[in-house]
Amino acid sequence: MGTVSVMLPPVLAALAGDSRVHQVSLPDGGTVAALLDALAADYPVFGRRVRDETGAVRRYVNIFVDGEDIRGLDGASTAVRPGQELLIIQSVAGG
Amino acid sequence: MEEVPSVSIDTRGGRTRIMAGVRSEHWGPTVMHSDDLGQAWTEPENGAIRFPEEAGAALERIWQIQPDTGDRPGVVWAGCEPISVWKSTDGGEHFELNRGLWDHPHRPEWGAGYGGPAAHSILSSPVDDTVHIAMSTGGVYRSTDGGTSWEARNKGISAYFMPDPNPEFGQCVHKIARDSKDSKRLYAQNHHGVYRSDDDADTWVSIADGLPADFGFVMMTHPTRSDTAWVIPMKADSERIPPDGRLAVHRTDDAGQSWMRLDTGLPDAEYNVVLRDAAAVDTSEPAGVYFGTRGGSVYASADEGEVFTEVVSHLPDVLCVRAAAVGV
Repeated sequence: MGTVSVMLPPVLAALAGDSRVHQVSLPDGGTVAALLDALAADYPVFGRRVRDETGAVRRYVNIFVDGEDIRGLDGASTAVRPGQELLIIQSVAGG
Repeated sequence: MEEVPSVSIDTRGGRTRIMAGVRSEHWGPTVMHSDDLGQAWTEPENGAIRFPEEAGAALERIWQIQPDTGDRPGVVWAGCEPISVWKSTDGGEHFELNRGLWDHPHRPEWGAGYGGPAAHSILSSPVDDTVHIAMSTGGVYRSTDGGTSWEARNKGISAYFMPDPNPEFGQCVHKIARDSKDSKRLYAQNHHGVYRSDDDADTWVSIADGLPADFGFVMMTHPTRSDTAWVIPMKADSERIPPDGRLAVHRTDDAGQSWMRLDTGLPDAEYNVVLRDAAAVDTSEPAGVYFGTRGGSVYASADEGEVFTEVVSHLPDVLCVRAAAVGV
């Protein structure tokens, strides 16, 4: 089982052990959602900031897999392979 | 990009707990609480308010956090968007969705006010298991069994924006308040219209005569004296500013038969609206009255509105004002 680098902005890192980079073992299924589930199990508040109760990624949260916005891929169902980078960053909202 | 639309100060049980409904445009809503007057804030890891999976809904905004009466320690209510009411029995750390309202057959027909579809007012009766709530839009609903079942109670409240202006429900009630002595007397500031009910909300009568406008958001009652209430009129739904740009609080001491304009100490010109929860009354005698504007000013009166002083200015939009005597 490989790992995926998950990179967080400072505001989310503060909710995830004060670490901006997490090496997450790729869970079964190998999707963005599964990765988020794995991180949220350790850091529930982080999980709530990124997704709502229905599992939807919040409107102004952007997630990129190797630089590709998952909204242009398969959303939270986007497949992730070992060695890839997952970047979570807040979008520019407003002016 | 963060707002705090709801705050409460719970002084029951010898402890002062401040609860805040926080919403970030990026990171969503959450309830936080502080037991040291706001120096440190905490939130339950899994969230104080979370829709159960089968509801298929996500919390958008916490419009109201309302501690219950003093003889129900630990009970705290919350009103939220999407329209829903929640109850906590552990002092506001975990809330349970009120299924009676969530599963109500009217719910598919409730609409969204300009600020969103919200349950924004929750009033528990101090004498029995009656609970009144108000929502925009939907109107007033009453439970006589502590929240298990709910019935619309809007007879007499106009919904001029509907094909039938007198529907069973669908009114846009902005705020309700209960008389401190007569638990069956309530007051309502409607989306145009100011009303009183003397029969536990079964029927409502207009008490808008004598006010410069019948639009507004605020409705407050005196903490200990019957028949006294305050409103802060705004010009109209299409012009949400003080009438003629002259900000004034209006108080009745006779249950709405007459109104007294109170503007001493308020600015000569003010064009910012006062929102529904941006006003509060404390429990002092005489009662203190406080309110804030979307222009970031907060005004306070120590004498029931006779004289106001601007106590804070140049804040961001003031969404919620609450007052309590702490440590005295």
